[in-house]
Amino acid sequence: MTKLVTDVQQKKKPIGWDGKSLKQMRKEMDEISKETGYYAGLRSLPFKETDPIRFEKIYSKLRGGVVHARETAKKVAASPIVEQEGELCFSLYSPEADSIVTSTGIIIHVGTMGAAIKFMIENEYEDNPGINDRDIFCNNDNHVGNVHTCDVHTLIPIFWEGEVIGWAGGVTHVIDTGASAPGSMPMGPVQRYDDGYQVTCRKIGQNDILSKDWLLESTRSVRAVKYWTLDEKTRIAGCHMIRDLVLDVIKEEGVDAYKQFMREIIEDGRRGFVNQVKTMLIPGKYRQASFVDVPFKDLDLPSFAKLNTIIHTPSEITVHKDAMLEIDFEGANRWGWHPFNATPVSITSGIWVMLSQTLVPNDRINDGAYYASKFGIPYGSWFNPDDIRSAHSNTWHALVAAWSPLWRGLSRSYFGRGYLEEVNAGNAHTSNWLMGGGYDQYGQLSAMNSFETSACGVGASAVQDGINHSAALWNPEGDMGDMEIWELLEPLIFLGRQVLPGSGGAGKYRGGNGWQSLRLGWGAQEWTMFLAGAGVIATDCGLMGGYPAAAGYRFQANKTNIKERIAKRLPIPLGGDVDPDYPTFEGNMEAEVIHRDRQAVSTQEEFVDYDVIMNYLRGGPGFGDPLERNPKLVESDLNEKYILLRYAEQVYGCVFTEEKGIYTVDLKATEEKRKEIGKRRIDRSVPTKEWMEGERTKILNKDAAIQVRHMYAQSFALSEKFTDEFKSFWNIPEEWMIYEEELGVPTLGAHINRFKQKK
Amino acid sequence: MAKYDKKRMNELIDGTLEFYQLKEMMSSHKDPERFEIYREVLQERVSWDDPILLPYGLHLYIVQKSDGDRIVKCDCGHEFCNYKENWKLHARIFVRDTEEKMNEIYPKLMSPDPEWQVIREYYCPNCAVQLEVEAVPPWYPIILDFEPDIDTFYKEWIKRPMPTKA
Repeated sequence: MTKLVTDVQQKKKPIGWDGKSLKQMRKEMDEISKETGYYAGLRSLPFKETDPIRFEKIYSKLRGGVVHARETAKKVAASPIVEQEGELCFSLYSPEADSIVTSTGIIIHVGTMGAAIKFMIENEYEDNPGINDRDIFCNNDNHVGNVHTCDVHTLIPIFWEGEVIGWAGGVTHVIDTGASAPGSMPMGPVQRYDDGYQVTCRKIGQNDILSKDWLLESTRSVRAVKYWTLDEKTRIAGCHMIRDLVLDVIKEEGVDAYKQFMREIIEDGRRGFVNQVKTMLIPGKYRQASFVDVPFKDLDLPSFAKLNTIIHTPSEITVHKDAMLEIDFEGANRWGWHPFNATPVSITSGIWVMLSQTLVPNDRINDGAYYASKFGIPYGSWFNPDDIRSAHSNTWHALVAAWSPLWRGLSRSYFGRGYLEEVNAGNAHTSNWLMGGGYDQYGQLSAMNSFETSACGVGASAVQDGINHSAALWNPEGDMGDMEIWELLEPLIFLGRQVLPGSGGAGKYRGGNGWQSLRLGWGAQEWTMFLAGAGVIATDCGLMGGYPAAAGYRFQANKTNIKERIAKRLPIPLGGDVDPDYPTFEGNMEAEVIHRDRQAVSTQEEFVDYDVIMNYLRGGPGFGDPLERNPKLVESDLNEKYILLRYAEQVYGCVFTEEKGIYTVDLKATEEKRKEIGKRRIDRSVPTKEWMEGERTKILNKDAAIQVRHMYAQSFALSEKFTDEFKSFWNIPEEWMIYEEELGVPTLGAHINRFKQKK
Repeated sequence: MAKYDKKRMNELIDGTLEFYQLKEMMSSHKDPERFEIYREVLQERVSWDDPILLPYGLHLYIVQKSDGDRIVKCDCGHEFCNYKENWKLHARIFVRDTEEKMNEIYPKLMSPDPEWQVIREYYCPNCAVQLEVEAVPPWYPIILDFEPDIDTFYKEWIKRPMPTKA
């Protein structure tokens, strides 16, 4: 009988436990966890229960060691994104890629690195290219489950006596990945092939040494090479520290104890999560929705990408009787030719980032919580594209918008149970992203992405204002970075940083304010700049009567006369654009081109010395009726320039006297004014059901802007449930419908369509 | 484990606690008896005597009526509807759908573009308090924010009898 080549090939000894392959181990783990409802089938935790001190000691060693690895390794990096902003994270996994412990930092990557290891297991890397002790793997492929191309993973297997005992993973947010535009989250990519250099779980080193072909290829594929190189050394250093740590623990505790520990700590994480849900939440359903703009009609892009639309993300949280947390995104609309698409792993992992800041604010972040939750992510939607061509370089544009309402939903539980200190009205849309690239002030081919976004305003709580200019949802250690450091690294001089009055949503407790920085081009050659932010839309509501945070806009001036004005000692634009109704920048310079509009996403434009660009970092949403805000707090806001006078009067209903620029609130007059505003509310509002009749007529007449109709048409095409609920709510006849094809906009790539499938 | 009295609860509700006190409350394990103390404090603050089953939002409560109905009620006394319905449909609404109306709340360019998104304000018909604000594109169905499973919450989660009197 003829033998096939595969029959005679010498198979390697499996590297899993007890003679199993990693693929077998993964399969068995999924089966037993699903079948029993307990991770690894652990109905009890014998190690933890019989020897809790030893159990906790191992946990503390590992957790402390992983955090230590991050803190130490980040000093290797030169990129301000990593070194200043802390955009890195390390995690330790089981052989099957379930996370055991993780560091601080951008912990969204607990899931994405796990997805990459699972991809290698599923694709039998064990046989080819082989998984050996001291190998080094790299991944940043979006469609494997990464967030976006700039998040580069280093993954190393950890062996003990010939068996894989686990994996260490490290990720950094690199400054550039060689995309069609510079910067880490570029505007311009509309397909995967524009997103930059993508590495699909590739073996890049053996025996702890990086391969020369990898070093040459990777450094020729990206801009800002020195940052790329040092970021990689950062990741490898951290992973090796974690490997040493694990081997030390095994030497001390024994491999059997370590194996039992790693199973129990994940099941313990699952139980801890269930306990938190029961402690903090109320069973039931919570509904919310977010929207973010894709204003691409007039951008310099391929014709099929040039349209205006809205990314729609409705969400329904169900807290089940057994404390299972389910989040269903049914009704979300289609992926598109923009860089804002995402993968299911990135949105679910991101949800854990959010939950770790609210529902499970402890250090036991591991995959246990994943086993106590369930997600519904529609296939074909913007966060589960049915086409590998989708671009993801700036996925945060949509992800941040999608997560914020979930926090708002959970806050209804916290409010109901009396945990008012935990309520959060939502999060800022962390933008604009200010990006660019070219030859920098040192003559080096470089790129930039200002991570000032790490310090946006926080949403208000039920007992205090949101913190001003301080944080970002995706990195709990937000920091705006030092101007002096940014100026060292970017060919842009600061003309000021200033709080933007009114950028936080108004409310009884207002959202934390955002701010602006103004940058002047200096010293670069062949440099381009662009922005990415939400402009025409407020990406979240307020909570319980509070207003949404302010939306975004852009300001940019090219070919200015600032050089001449400096020579003549004339005033130039400085600080923030504190009252856009009465702008001052234009009065202090002339420019051939000025962009002052809501087009907060733009594509590359040449940017030369003395050109000016503003970065606007958003505020957070507000909580409660602004008319109930303590007038003394409004007075303080006004005097500290967190709010403009006319809004202190008309939104908060306060009356002031002014002396030498200091405002004092008149409490009695304020009380009267607030009563008047209350009366005015009644006068100019209508019963909701009455208003609905008018809105229904508009719907029947299809009276809305094309981007609005396009958003609904896409959600209708993907979801029968959303369509039925929409029609039922508005009492719309069966025959009424909006189809993408009738809108006269490009439909390339629109595959899943239940109307066509019906035909 | 931390335990808080009615005085602390009143201070929490009034927003008069110092940050270090709030920080301590945030960092501590949650006190399981919080709900009952909180509910009692809120009950003492309202002028009506329908028992509060669940605080539903700022100013809003799900209360038990003597005929067995559970309704959404404002602390001013206005009764909206059964808690399974969307109270917003029984409120008054004001929609900011022009630049001029947006500019009353936000400086120029800092509001949503009303062609893309409108702001809906829901007021109590009786006391005019602003109870919720939605920022949604035109045509968006009014969102039913929260449908609590009150029975499971009392019977299986906190294992307490449902309050029958104020």
